Amino acid sequence: MAAPASDAPVQKAPAPAIVPAIKDAAIAALITLGLAAPIMGLVTVQSLGKVQLEPHWMRVVLAVAVVFVGRLVLNLTLWAPRAGKSAPLITPEVEAQLKAVTRYAAPVALAIAVLLPFVPGVERTTVDLATLVLIYVMLGWGLNIVVGLAGLLDLGYVAFYAVGAYSYALLSTQFGVSFWLCLPLAGILAALWGVMLGFPVLRLRGDYLAIVTLAFGEIIRIVLLNWQSVTGGPNGIPNIPKPTFFGIDFTPGPGGFADTFGLTPSGVHRVIFMYYLILALALFTNYVVLRLRRLPIGRAWEALREDEIACRSLGVNTVNTKLTAFALGAMFAGFAGSFFATRQSLVSPESFTFIESALILAIVVLGGMGSQFGVALAALLMIGGFELFREFEDYRMMVFGVVMVLIMVWRPRGIVSSRSPSVFLKERKAISGSLVQEGHG
Amino acid sequence: MTTPPVDAPKLPEDVLIRVERLTMRFGGLVAVDDVSFDVRPGDVTALIGPNGAGKTTVFNCITGFYKPTVGRIALRKSATESWLLERLRDHQISRRAGVARTFQNIRLFGGMTVLENLLVAQHAPLMQASGMTVLGLLGTGGYRRAETHAIEKAKAWLERVDLIDRADDPAADLPYGDQRRLEIARAMCTEPVVLCLDEPAAGLNPRESADLADLLRSIRTDDGVAVLLIEHDMSVVMEISDHVVVLDYGKKIADGTPKAVRDDPKVIAAYLGVEDEEVEAVEREIEETGA
Repeated sequence: MAAPASDAPVQKAPAPAIVPAIKDAAIAALITLGLAAPIMGLVTVQSLGKVQLEPHWMRVVLAVAVVFVGRLVLNLTLWAPRAGKSAPLITPEVEAQLKAVTRYAAPVALAIAVLLPFVPGVERTTVDLATLVLIYVMLGWGLNIVVGLAGLLDLGYVAFYAVGAYSYALLSTQFGVSFWLCLPLAGILAALWGVMLGFPVLRLRGDYLAIVTLAFGEIIRIVLLNWQSVTGGPNGIPNIPKPTFFGIDFTPGPGGFADTFGLTPSGVHRVIFMYYLILALALFTNYVVLRLRRLPIGRAWEALREDEIACRSLGVNTVNTKLTAFALGAMFAGFAGSFFATRQSLVSPESFTFIESALILAIVVLGGMGSQFGVALAALLMIGGFELFREFEDYRMMVFGVVMVLIMVWRPRGIVSSRSPSVFLKERKAISGSLVQEGHG
Repeated sequence: MTTPPVDAPKLPEDVLIRVERLTMRFGGLVAVDDVSFDVRPGDVTALIGPNGAGKTTVFNCITGFYKPTVGRIALRKSATESWLLERLRDHQISRRAGVARTFQNIRLFGGMTVLENLLVAQHAPLMQASGMTVLGLLGTGGYRRAETHAIEKAKAWLERVDLIDRADDPAADLPYGDQRRLEIARAMCTEPVVLCLDEPAAGLNPRESADLADLLRSIRTDDGVAVLLIEHDMSVVMEISDHVVVLDYGKKIADGTPKAVRDDPKVIAAYLGVEDEEVEAVEREIEETGA
């Protein structure tokens, strides 16, 4: 920031610039007034069974004043038109530094993740939160195949998550199948649904694909809600058994986990076990996706995202390529779903609403489409941050929105925006995100 | 696995592709009207004509992007293997029949490196080597060997088109002329029997055009791959092609050696245009002779 500071005083506020600056600030203040007056100025209060409006005009005045003054100051200093072109916020040097950081960031993050439950001062709630974050990391990595690599915009990803969760819930409660057997089954069932969704939408592109996948997500949820005899309707399926540690239950009595390993019985054991379970599942997902990227199928996905017509001219079967992307993405959602079911021990349709799909998609987009590390970081930011800002209560959503806007302004291609080539001859050069297509359907 | 259709026609040895009575209608518009011509093996065949003559439509029919309304396109891949191209799905035309193509507006995988572009072109053999991904995922099977082989082949092509130094750069970063050559190299990596080029010299400077002509000649002679091209640059057409087919308003108006075509009055009329009265006079003449 040295450069703008040094030349700002020279150019700062030549007399005529102040008029447009005030004008701009006034417009912003007016917009704030329009927004703040009903939202902040009027509060509904319930008294004696009646709803009354309570005016709080001071707040509105304050908000308008802050916006006006803030905008004016910004207009006259940072945003003042300068003779030279303003330097971009992320210069190539910063980009290089970021790259150096990312090289070490992934192993360090992995080490932290592995050691987390044993770090002194880490409580049960933290491990629990980390488990939640890892579920979303895994979902993000799974969706990354469909959206990030193959470039197919899927707004109904949560449907496969639901299929996985209900598969485990039904198989375990109705037929007593163990978690370890259900896990692959849930994955396979979700993958089957992925193919079933894939077939009708193969010809759709872009917005149309997004709408149909969104509808598919809703169909699954509504079926779960209404097929009372099988899914339990809105009540869901309760009492889903917890997984065992290779046959050893986490019960306090004899034969339980603590007893077998000579530990003091504690509820923390299961929490830590669940944490390592999802960590292993997430790392497995990561391994498979990284591996797939270096195989012809992965390259075909990326080629499909870049140019579908060229793919067809080169003998790439686009139908199969799209279907495998859908199926594999869905499979990982199925794994995550069955983990979710066993962790919650209750599944109900309200866990699989559209907002979940949107959240997972936001994680992928925010992280940088196609980047594994970026997705993990975004999941940590979104899910972890969400819990962190719990004290903001109602303003949490606003903070969330502001953070998202800021990230999209500064890094429109996501946190990690460069693409790493799958193969190289002499050196692996990262490809700038601006050259990479986002896919078109 | 698709096997060649039983009723695939027996083409004579000196015909690689036989286009017969090809017609393509889009609603009321007849883009290609009853066009027949042959592509001989080891020839550079040029398809020329004014704008809107239907050249690209013929191309899209041969390469499977359109299904012709009427007509047949037969390809003789070897003594025992013949295909009817209009019956194959687009990706099979490249994989089974050995027809490769480039595009008028270059279609590279811009966000992938030059090397990756050439590996995508070898998708089918690599996919087979990776055991439809399963073996490749497990790290067994001959995938590693197949990939090394594919990279060697890509390297050989990069050296031929003089792009070896840029192998690890994203394709979108290459200058225009290099992108054209890369697209040709990529098409050649599919091991075709015929290479279809849609205006390969468009936007090239004279030096680059000359290099392109050399490359195409080398592809024809050294690789034994027939070349079918659409081109507006007449110097390129006249210099390298052995056989020229001229289309105008969807109809074939001439077919022969470059010299014969150049001197054909109908071709000259199509390119330079004739007065309307003259056309009417010709039409009347035709009607009279027909009647």
